[in-house]
Amino acid sequence: MPGAFDGETINRRRFMTATVHGAGALAAAAFTLPALGFALGPIFAREPFSWQPIGTPADFTEDTYVIKVIEIVQGIGEAGKSIAYVRQRDPQIDTEHEDQYNHWIALSSRCMHLGCPVRYVAAAERFICPCHGGVYDFRGMVAGGPPVRPLDRFYTRLNQTTGLVELGPRYSVNSELRRFSPRDPGEPLDGIGQYLYPSRFSTSVLPSN
Amino acid sequence: MPKLPAPPLPKPLRPKPKRPGENGNGPPTPAEAAQEAGITVVDWLDERTSLSGGIRWMLFRKVPPGVNWYYTLGSATMFAFLSQAVTGVFLAMYYVPSVNGGAYESVRYITDQAFLGQFVRGMHKWGASVMVILIFLHMGRVFFFGAYKYPRELTWVIGVVLLILTLMMSFTGYLLPFDQQSYWASIVGVNINAGGPLIGPFLSDFLRAGPEFGATTLPRFYAIHMMLIPGLIAALMGFHLYLVAKLGISAPPWLKAETDRELELDKTEV
Repeated sequence: MPGAFDGETINRRRFMTATVHGAGALAAAAFTLPALGFALGPIFAREPFSWQPIGTPADFTEDTYVIKVIEIVQGIGEAGKSIAYVRQRDPQIDTEHEDQYNHWIALSSRCMHLGCPVRYVAAAERFICPCHGGVYDFRGMVAGGPPVRPLDRFYTRLNQTTGLVELGPRYSVNSELRRFSPRDPGEPLDGIGQYLYPSRFSTSVLPSN
Repeated sequence: MPKLPAPPLPKPLRPKPKRPGENGNGPPTPAEAAQEAGITVVDWLDERTSLSGGIRWMLFRKVPPGVNWYYTLGSATMFAFLSQAVTGVFLAMYYVPSVNGGAYESVRYITDQAFLGQFVRGMHKWGASVMVILIFLHMGRVFFFGAYKYPRELTWVIGVVLLILTLMMSFTGYLLPFDQQSYWASIVGVNINAGGPLIGPFLSDFLRAGPEFGATTLPRFYAIHMMLIPGLIAALMGFHLYLVAKLGISAPPWLKAETDRELELDKTEV
């Protein structure tokens, strides 16, 4: 090798070049990597969920929905609020498996096409989305239009100490009302859908209490 | 007989060069100095930077015959961007990217109360549409004139990246007024991103800074809108312009290539 003594595998110039490049890369990585982590962190952050009281069991009936304003993000005022449509479970029509979390059916107002807020029209017993014409039936199943899956739901439970109905975290369902961790609108969950649209890292596991 | 050059005089015998000044000597008068101030400043700068060569290289180029107004669409897009940059900087002096009422209130303050606020905001709002329209027209011109062909492929590719960045500016800027329309339009836009298979869910989480539209979503959009993308656009625009100057402007497609006269004569004889 030119510039190297006998038996040397690296000369001074190459050594200096590698050192300076390495130091530069280290310095650049020292501010790039934290910045990148800072920007991508929320994807991996696990946010705790809370149960919020929405009324007494007597407030809800089987045959119509009650609108409840809920807080899905704390501390940002109006922008953090959303709507849940709540009714009592009706064994006649609600054929999905019953457990401690669905004595009350709480539907999210978020349309499963692209996330606009749906409105319940009592006369038609339909949920209708103003943006692109998505229609859901009384149970929140897709009845027409572009939505790819039924309306998202919230876990509900009866707080034994206060006697109030409480609304918990959101979950998504496929067309057979199988539960999935919450997904964004526009992500089908039937068939291959649940693999094409994986669950986010940040989903908390529901405690079994 | 040819005239021989005069032999060089020894240094002490040479006539002294004339000095500047009123009577041809002495320091320059203030009037003379003022007259040449511009030249002095430019010379001072150029002596230290040698920028004049680069400016001449950039601005005094050979241009093919037949160029027309369509060739100005790229410059028009650039000036639309500069207008957006300047108005954006001044809007940023009043804008507050706070979800809890601050954003909407600050935009309302700009529109209703700040001096010339409505005008500057209007420039920025309508200028955004103008820039998108101009960049598409520019792209159409380049496509239909065949100006993307060798050796200008890289210029085209960078132009496409600039187009995408411009659309990302439109997307992130739309949320900032934070009224009902911009809020729901951004919800829909983020969910369209979520619709991409495999990476979609993570992309939407990145845009929202979490699973829900939260307290840091708006500042995130704001930072992307006013720092990240404008920096990228400015840098890529500089490179785009360098390539334009380096490779020259392509001739319009209807211009016939010049042929060699002699070759043409040969052809007629045969």
